[in-house]
This record gives sequence, C-alpha cells and structure tokens, in this order.
Amino acid sequence: MMTETQSMAAPSAVLERQKRAKFRRNMFYLALIVVGLVAPFLAYPVFLMKVLCFALFACAFNLLLGYAGLLSFGHAAFLATGGYVTGYLLASYPGLTPELGIIAGTLLATLLGVLFGVLSIRRQGIYFAMVTLAIAQLVYFMFVQAPFTGGEDGLHGVPRGELFGFISLSSNLAMYYFVFAIFIFGFALIQRTVHSPFGQVLKAIRENEPRAVSLGYNADAYKLVAFVISAGLAGLAGSTKTVVFQLASLTDAHWHMSGEVILMTLLGGVGTLLGPLMGAGIVVSLQHILAQSPLGNWVSVILGIIFVICVLSFRSGIVGELDKMYRKNFK
Amino acid sequence: MTFMKKTLAASIAVAAASSLAVSTAQADMSDGEVRIGYLADMSGTYRDLAGPGGLTAMEMAVADFGGSVNGAPIVISSADDRNSADVGANTVRGWIDQDNVDMVGGLVASSVSIAVTKVLEENNGLGIVSGSAASSITNEHCTPNHIHWVYDTYPLANGTAKAVVEQGGDTWFMLTADYAFGHALEADVTKVVEESGGEIVGGVRHPFPTNDFSSYILQAQGSGAKIIGLANAGADTVNAITTASQFGLTQSGQQLAGLLIFLNDVHALGLEATQNLLLTTGWYWDMDEQSREWSQRYFDEVGRMPTMVQAGIYSSTMHYLKAVEAAGTDDPETVRAQMADMPIEDFFARNGRIREDGRMVHDMYLAQVKTPEESTGEWDLYEILSTIPAEEAYRPLSESQCKLVQN
Amino acid sequence: MTMIFGVPLAVFMGQLTLGLVNGAFYALLSLGLAVIFGLLKIVNFAHGAQYMLGAFAALLGFRYLGINYWLALFLVPLVVGAFGVLLERFLLRRIAHLDHLYGLLLTFGLALIFEGTLVNFFGVSGARYATPEILQGGLNLGFMFLPTYRAWVLVAALAMCLFTWFMIERTRLGAYLRAGTENSQLMQAFGVNVPLLITLTYGFGVALAAFAGVLAAPLYPVSPTMGSSLLIVVFAVVVIGGMGSILGAIITGLAMGIIEGLTKVYYPEASNTVIFFVMILVLMLRPVGLFGKEA
Repeated sequence: MMTETQSMAAPSAVLERQKRAKFRRNMFYLALIVVGLVAPFLAYPVFLMKVLCFALFACAFNLLLGYAGLLSFGHAAFLATGGYVTGYLLASYPGLTPELGIIAGTLLATLLGVLFGVLSIRRQGIYFAMVTLAIAQLVYFMFVQAPFTGGEDGLHGVPRGELFGFISLSSNLAMYYFVFAIFIFGFALIQRTVHSPFGQVLKAIRENEPRAVSLGYNADAYKLVAFVISAGLAGLAGSTKTVVFQLASLTDAHWHMSGEVILMTLLGGVGTLLGPLMGAGIVVSLQHILAQSPLGNWVSVILGIIFVICVLSFRSGIVGELDKMYRKNFK
Repeated sequence: MTFMKKTLAASIAVAAASSLAVSTAQADMSDGEVRIGYLADMSGTYRDLAGPGGLTAMEMAVADFGGSVNGAPIVISSADDRNSADVGANTVRGWIDQDNVDMVGGLVASSVSIAVTKVLEENNGLGIVSGSAASSITNEHCTPNHIHWVYDTYPLANGTAKAVVEQGGDTWFMLTADYAFGHALEADVTKVVEESGGEIVGGVRHPFPTNDFSSYILQAQGSGAKIIGLANAGADTVNAITTASQFGLTQSGQQLAGLLIFLNDVHALGLEATQNLLLTTGWYWDMDEQSREWSQRYFDEVGRMPTMVQAGIYSSTMHYLKAVEAAGTDDPETVRAQMADMPIEDFFARNGRIREDGRMVHDMYLAQVKTPEESTGEWDLYEILSTIPAEEAYRPLSESQCKLVQN
Repeated sequence: MTMIFGVPLAVFMGQLTLGLVNGAFYALLSLGLAVIFGLLKIVNFAHGAQYMLGAFAALLGFRYLGINYWLALFLVPLVVGAFGVLLERFLLRRIAHLDHLYGLLLTFGLALIFEGTLVNFFGVSGARYATPEILQGGLNLGFMFLPTYRAWVLVAALAMCLFTWFMIERTRLGAYLRAGTENSQLMQAFGVNVPLLITLTYGFGVALAAFAGVLAAPLYPVSPTMGSSLLIVVFAVVVIGGMGSILGAIITGLAMGIIEGLTKVYYPEASNTVIFFVMILVLMLRPVGLFGKEA
C-alpha cells in the first residue's frame, strides 16, 4: 500500500507525488484512529481488545516475515513470555501498576528474543523456521514445568489494577483505550522502523542477501535487530493481553499459536502494514463466530483450509490484493 | 442447534398459551428467559469425557423439565472452549455482558473452569463445573458463584489409594506427571498411603505430556513395588496403561492404580490392557435400575454410554432448573442459595448436598475394571466394589482453604 | 551388581535398548523428511499427520475391511503414499516455483486439516490396535524383558532405513534422484521426466511416514494428534543432523533416541527437552548440522 513510487519523472514531480502520497497516508491513519476511538461504542470492547492484541502480535510477526523475509515458527514463545511475566508480577505484587508489569513482560520477551535470535539467525529459510519452532517447543515445555506458570491450570486472577496508580482499568472502556494506545504505539514503531533507513537495508537483505553483504552491511546484525524488535512487540502484545483477560495460559505458548499468527499475517497480506491488523480481525472474529455455531468443532479444519487457499492462490493477502486492484484501476 | 430452535419454538408456544397466568412469574426471570450456556471442550482431549454428549445430556434435562420454568422458556447456547482458558473466559464474559446468560454449565478442563469462575465471580454470575478434576476449584479457587458437581481429585486419589492399601497393596511406586497437577495428586496419594499403613518405595516424574512410557514402566518394574500409582491424567494415563500391558507389568504380579481415569479412557484402551485396574468413580451407567434407564435413553441419542460427567451435567442442570422454579427467579445469588437448600437425590447423586465451599458432595464408588472374560458387552466395563459415603469422600471442610469457609 | 553412573547395568542396558526403539522412529521420520527435502526443497510439515494417517489407515483397515497387520504394513504405505502423490500433483506442484517457505506453509495447513477432520470423527482419546499374534509376548534378554513387538519395530525400521539408503545411494533410480537434487534442469535435458520423479519422491517420503505409522499403531494409542508433537522433535533431529545425507538422518535419529532414553533414567524431568538442548548446542558449534554440507 505504501511502496515508493518508481517513476522516471522530474524530481520535483516525484517529490510532489510523494508528498501527496504521504498526505493521503496520514489522512488514512487519522481515519483509522477515529474508527478506533468510536469502535467500543459500536462493538463489544472485550472482543475489540482481543483483536487489537492479536493485531499487534501479527504486526510484530509481519515485521520479521514481511520486511526481513524470515519465517519464524516460534513466535508464540514471546507472546507467552510477555503474558506470564506480566501476569506473575501483577498477581504476586499487588502494589505494581499495570504499565510497569507490561514493561517488565515486554523486556523479558525482548531478552528471550535476543537468545532466540542469536541461535536461529545462524540458519536460514526453512531451517530458520524449524529452529524457531524447536526452541519455542523447548520454551513451552519449560512453561509447563515451571512452578510460577500454574502448569496446565494457567495463571489466574491477574488484577487489571490502576494505570499509573490512579486510573482504574476495571471498566472495559478504560481498558480499551489503554490497549488502543499500546496498539498505536506498537504500530507506529513498526511503521517508523519499516520506513527508516534500517528498514530499507532490511528489505535489501531480504531481496538479495549476498548483494547487501557485499555492499558492506552486516546482514546478520540487521536480521537480529529485526528479530529482537519483533520479539519485544510480540511480548508487548502478550503482556497487554494478560492484563485485559486477567490470565495467562499455555494456549499462548503452544505451536498452534505460532501457526495462527502466520495465518493472520498471510491472510491479511504479508509485507503490508495494515494486512496483519485485518488478518487478526478476521481470524479472531472467525474463531469467535465458529465457536458458537454448529461448525464449532471444525475451527482448525477451517483455518487449515484458509491456509491452503491463501498459499495456493491468495499469496498477497487481502490488503495486498486490494492494493493491486487499486493500482490497476486508479493509477 | 436444531434442538435450540425447537426448544425456543416450543417454549414460545407454551409461553403464549399460558399468557397472562404466568406473566408475574416471568417478570422475575431476567429477559423473560432462563438462559443457559454450555461451555466445554467439543473437539480436543476431553471431547469424549463431556463434549457434544454433555450438550445432549443438558438438552435432555431441559426437555425433561418441560422446556420452560414458570412459563419462561429455557434457552441453551453452547460454545467450544478448545481447552483454552482465554477462549473460555472470553466466551463467558461475552455471554454475561451481551446475552445475559444466567448459568454456565459443562466446564471441563480445570484451567478453563478456574478462569471462567473468576469471570463469574466478578460479574456475579453462576456456574456449575461438571467436568473438571482439580480439587482446588472449591478449595483455594472457590467463589460464591460456582458449584463443583461430579467429582474431584480428592475422592479419586483417596478412595483408590485407601482401598488399594487395605487390599494389601502396601508398597507403591508413583508415576507422576511433572507439573502442578501431578505434584498435587502425588502429595495427596502419598499422604493417604502412609496414613493407611503403606509405603512409597519410589517414583519417577515424567514430563507432561509423554508419548512413550516404556522407560518409566521399566523403572517401575525394577522398583519391586506392588502397586504402580498413576498420578497423571488423560493421554498420559492411557499411554502409561498401554505400555504397562505391553511390558507384562500386571502379569509379573504388579498392579496399576489409576487415580484419574474415566469410562471413555477404559473403553478406548480396551479391557485387555485395563483389566483389574482399581479406580474411583462418581457414577457408573450400569450401577442400578435408575442409572440404566437414563443411560439407555442417552445411548439412543448419542450411540455411546454416558460418562459420569455427562450424567452429572444432566443432574446438575435439572437441579438448577428445580431451584429456579422453587425460587421463582433466575437471579444467581438466590438460585445458588436455593440449590444449596435442596438435597440432591436422583439417578446420578445419592446423599448429595452442596457445601458452603461450592462442593457438591455425594456418594462415590470404588470400582474395578472387568476382565475380558467377565465383560458381556462393549460397555460392560466396571464392577462396583463398594460405596464411599458422601461425607467421607471429599476433602473435609476443616482442611479447606476456601475463603467462604470459616475455619 | 555392576553399576553405571549409579544405575544398575541391567537398567542401563534396558534403557539403551528402549532408546534405540524410539530412535528408530526418529530415524524413519527424519529420513522421509530428508528424502522429500532433497528433491522438492520443502519441509513437509504434514509428515506427522501422514504418520498419523498411516496408523489410522491400519486401524480402520482392520476394523472395517479385516486387513491384518502384515497386509497393512505393505498396503497402507502404498495407499497413503498414493494420497501423497495426489497432494504433490495437485497442490504442491502449483507452488513449486515459489519460495520454498510456501511449501512449508501449505503442508502446515494440510496437517491442520487432516488432524482436525479425524478429531471430529474419532475424538482424541485414542484407539488401540492389537499387536499381531506372533509378536505378542516378550523376549528375555537377560538384562530386561523386551516385548517382542518392540524388537520387531527396531528390526523393521532399520531394514527400511537401509533399504532406502540402498535405493538412493546404490541404484540407477537413486542416481537420478541425487542428480535431480543437484541440477534438475540438466536432468530434464537428458530426457529424465523430472516432474514425475518429484511426484514419486514425495509419494515415497509420505509412504515412509505411513510405514512408521503402521509400526507405531500397536505401540501407542492411535489418535489424531499422535503425529504433531512427534514431528517437532523430528524437526530438531533434522536440524541436528542436517538434511545433507541419508545416512546422517538415520544415525542422528538413532543417536537422539538413545540420548533421550538415557535422560529418562538420569534426569527424567528433562527427557522431552533434551533433544532441543542438543539442537541448541549443535547450532552453536556447527550451525549446518552434524552431517550438513557448508552452504
């Protein structure tokens, strides 16, 4: 949706066009923010919060797959780490305010991201996917055994608490705006990263790593940084989710979750900024609707079918396809 | 779901027919309907324990009750929690916030139940947990807003362990799942075995979940203990039993004690592998005439014999509806109090009553799995050996950590 | 009694033997992955599901068609392999020209579909498949009681591994296969039908998984989810060994089985994580894997 125009026109015209594109983009974001602000009055806030948490998770994942070309099959580990750490701290230390708990969870997920990254960056492509999956499974088993996670039962009764010590989050509306703010922060961070020189180098590495290396870029270092940012934001999503739902459970650490975030990103559009948001919205709604319908037993089959369809004939995802259509018809 | 529509249509018809006469009673039902939510694992590990069969049991209860309470139609909605605490908690939150659901039933995986009961407590709802094993649900996790119906690990572990030691199985080797649940079960059993004069001679903690138990079974064989106690659940227990039978554990004179094993597990494993296994159960379909009669009706609908959880879902739904009828309202607090006031005596529960911690205590049974020769049919699986009286079966209130109990 | 690190020799030997039996499964599965990877360059995420389908085919074949174990051991790999051929021909081939990650994602989706469908029909508590008459009972090895069936699994799996190795390393077909791995365009120019070769290779890899599934059916409860958790371990095995060589896959599989077996005695708490730790160690010391070739 926001790829740079590749025109041979005079520099001033290019500049002009870029300016207009930027303006349109900003207007679009503004519209989205307005939608986000009024949404809780139109839809069930808890549902919206779930969508936002998963959207942030998917955006973080997309930073890695869409802009660095790395398919991580272990992102559930970060989501769960953020969630468990935040949940454990808030439940055990009643004085702790939620934002501090979230920051701590995010930091630990980031640290785990460094560990994961250092190990997995050594292998590429398919091996990278397998390595991340295997390490995430290791993390999963550790969470099962660790005393502070509550094992199968999970961590319950996490208080939402009072933001900065004085804004109670117990009402869904207050909680929603807090989550929305976190989402905007995460989204903006990703947006800035992608459009920064760092993001450009990342894309260059994705397209042709040997060339990027020969240009003097330390490809591994760039990939590692992208991995760590992605892990940290996934942790942020997990931490926030724990505060919203007041619990953390093994579901978030299971490899099915790593698969789900891939599906969200793929369905919405890999490498588009809005794709993951849309993908998360669709997948979460789908699960929500299916669970209460006669097709409730078929959720994983339906997700599998969507997966197959996406890979076979819908690889650009919804946002990607819309973008193609827009380009074809309006440019 | 066709059933739901049918119930709805029928109830509307009934409501319309009885018109003014019931309008006052109806006014006391929120939204003029009694809304029940059925939340369970419909597709995962516990599908056969509760799952779609449990929903059928609940629908049977509603139909048997007549489809309406004091003229207010009874409506069931159901959802699959996929064994996920947050899916479960979210669903229930939605049910309460958006649909004004009056009671949530089913509730199988302990993690889901604990999460859901926290939501119920916060929103002053009412839940009846029928499928969960964790005794913590009415201990440290107790709330005034839920009732635990069918069983928990306490009578299962205690009943079995005590009976086994009394029968001469006084040396034990514990095969424990290495997570909170397994540790708790192991501690419970150890206590009972030692109190009854037995001894724990060894044990091994296996990761959860474990596919291949051969190595642990070999260690158990090497221990020389008479009894191998299985402090695990679900697939782990099933795998352990299968492997034990392959290694000829029972032939060599050792015996297994299943601490958490259900009818559907025994059915899936087959009698060859499970014969002579001792276990405690809250109910068995073939235990008396009343049970057989109900089970036959269930069998005609579902094609399988009911587990104790499925029977318990029927029993608890029925009791709930009776309480709503008696109280004349579906207000959770009033109904909860009414339920506790009425003793429970039906095909499922004998000498049943609801304690202040939310535990429904009732007679439990020590059973032994039949040998292939003794069994006369696909579902002829247990022989009931003895009854454990309701007041002895469950964790005494004096040991309770529940905040609702004055100690 | 002789003791090895505080464990009686008999127990030690027993665990070693059991570890080898589990290792045989890892070897068979990682071998199948390696064969598929060699020519298609994709990681077959549906491998665990196909292993599970093998076990289910044996179970259902027995239940409804009366097919006995021995016939199943022969027929099921053919049937499931043929199913694999269809998957390759109609699905995987359509994305063969794309980034190989798409192959991984497609097979992941397929795995979800297979598993989910079977869960709906058969639940998850798992069914039992009877051990064939002649293989019941056990062998007294002096240091342990080894159920005959496990001994048979070891023999059958190793035989199948060696057969595969022989086919690929020592026959003309295998030579085509290896050449196709190196340069498929050149092979095509020489008149070898490479697309057919690819299809058959995938079918063969799937058949290996199904064969492992039939072998596993009498050992473990046959349930729709039996393959997925196993597959992740096998992925780790593959990362440890590297997918460069057939023999490497076999040796790594067996070795990991043994390491896991010994962990069960010395530190059972870590027995389901030890292979992942080995993987991390290998990644640090030799990122391409023990038998992998430098890129």
